[in-house]
Amino acid sequence: MIKDFGKYLIMFVVLVLVQVLILNNIQVSGLINPYVYILFILLLPFTIPGYFLLGISFLLGLSIDIFSNTPGIHAGASVLLGFLRPGIAQLISSREIIEKGNMPNMTLLGFASFLKYIVISVLVHHLFLFFAETFSFGDILETLLRWILSSVFSIVIILASQFIIFKK
Amino acid sequence: MRSLFRFLLRNHFLMLFLALEAISLALMVSFNDYQRVTFFNSSNNIAGSVYQRFSTMDDYFSLGRTNARLAAENASLRKQLQMRIMNQEKYPVNRPDTVDAPAYIFTSAKVISNSINKQFNYITLNKGSRHGIKPDMGIICSDGVVGVITNVSANYSTGLSLLNRRLSIPAKITKNNYFGALVWDTEHYNTADLKEIPFHIIVNVGDTVVTSGYSNIFPEGIMIGTIKNFDVESGTNFYNIKVELSTNFKILKYVEVVHNTKRAELIKLESNNIKE
Repeated sequence: MIKDFGKYLIMFVVLVLVQVLILNNIQVSGLINPYVYILFILLLPFTIPGYFLLGISFLLGLSIDIFSNTPGIHAGASVLLGFLRPGIAQLISSREIIEKGNMPNMTLLGFASFLKYIVISVLVHHLFLFFAETFSFGDILETLLRWILSSVFSIVIILASQFIIFKK
Repeated sequence: MRSLFRFLLRNHFLMLFLALEAISLALMVSFNDYQRVTFFNSSNNIAGSVYQRFSTMDDYFSLGRTNARLAAENASLRKQLQMRIMNQEKYPVNRPDTVDAPAYIFTSAKVISNSINKQFNYITLNKGSRHGIKPDMGIICSDGVVGVITNVSANYSTGLSLLNRRLSIPAKITKNNYFGALVWDTEHYNTADLKEIPFHIIVNVGDTVVTSGYSNIFPEGIMIGTIKNFDVESGTNFYNIKVELSTNFKILKYVEVVHNTKRAELIKLESNNIKE
C-alpha cells in the first residue's frame, strides 16, 4: 500500500509537469490542446473510496489551474470526471475486475475495454473543459471542433504512453 | 437534524461532488484580471520557480536566435545614438531641459512562461516586486508591444499577454494619427483587431499601427503591427481592421517592463475631470 502511494505520488508530479511544461505548449492553429494529466485519475484503483477520488481529482485539477492561470476550470472538469468514473467503470467492465482493486491498466481491462474507458473519460472531461474555458455558447462550432480534435489527440497520447510503459 | 446528517452521510459522494464543483465555479466566476488571489496563478513562488528552471534549460536551444536579435537591436540603437550626436553637434544650443526628465523607466526581464493557444493567454516574467515591478506596468520587446503586468510576487510577475481578449490597448495609425482600440481576435497568434477607426478616413494595407500613449501604460509610438486587411461592416460607421502583430509571441524570450513614473500624477489629475 505504502509502495503504491509512492508510485502514485511520483505519477501525480510527473503528469502535472509533463502537462504544464510540454503539452501546454503544443498547439496546432489554436485548435488542438491535449490534456493528458487526467490519466492519473483514470489509473487510480477502482476500489478507492469516493471522497478520496473526488478530493484527489480536485487537487490535480487545481494544480494544473495554478500553472496555467485558469482558476477553477481544470478543477471543475477533473472533479466531474472523478464523479463519473465509478459509473464509467461499471459500464465498461465486469464486477470481478472492478473488485480486484488493481491499477486499471491495459493488461487488467484488455485493450477493447481500456480503449472504451479512455475514450468516454477523455470526451466527458474535455467537453466540460472547453465549454468552461469559452464560458459562453457563442462560438459553439469552433468549441466543438476544439473538443473533438483535442480529444483525439489526448486519446492517442494516452494510449501511446500505455503501450510504452506496460508492453515491454 | 439527525435525519439530515444521515441523508448527508448516505449521499456524501454526491454532496462532496456538488461542493467541489461549486468551489470550482466560484473560482471561475470570481476570476477577475485585477483582483485575482495571487496564490492561484503562476506568479506564486512554486509555479514560478518550476517555470524558471525549465526555462533556463530551454534557453540553450535558442541562443543563436537570441544573439542575432540582440545584435540587430544594438545596431539600431547605435544608429539612433549616432544621429542624436550629429544633431547635437549641428545645433549645440538645443540642450535637453531638466524639467522634462524621462517619464519612462525600462527594466529588462525574461519570459519564463507564455501561452498562445488559449482563449485568454498569460505571460510570466522572472522579475517581481523586489525588482520594482508593479501591476499595470507595460511589457514590450524589441519588436513591439507584448502585454500588461497584472499580478506581482516577490520574485515573479504575471500579466495579460496581448493575446488576451481582456486586454485592450489604445492604438493609432501613424500616417494620420487616428486612434482606436486594439483587441486580440482570438483567431491567430499574430493578428488582432483595430476597432473604432471611422470609415471616412483613408487606410491602406501595410499602414503602421503604434501605441497612442493615451493609456499612461505605454509610451507613445511603440510598434504594434501593420494593417493586414480591412473592410466596412454594413450598418456601422467603423472599419473592421485586421492588424498583423509585429511581436512574434511564439519565440518571445526577453522583454522590457515599462514603468511610467508620472502615471500616478496623471491619473490623479484625470480623476478630477470625472468628479467635475
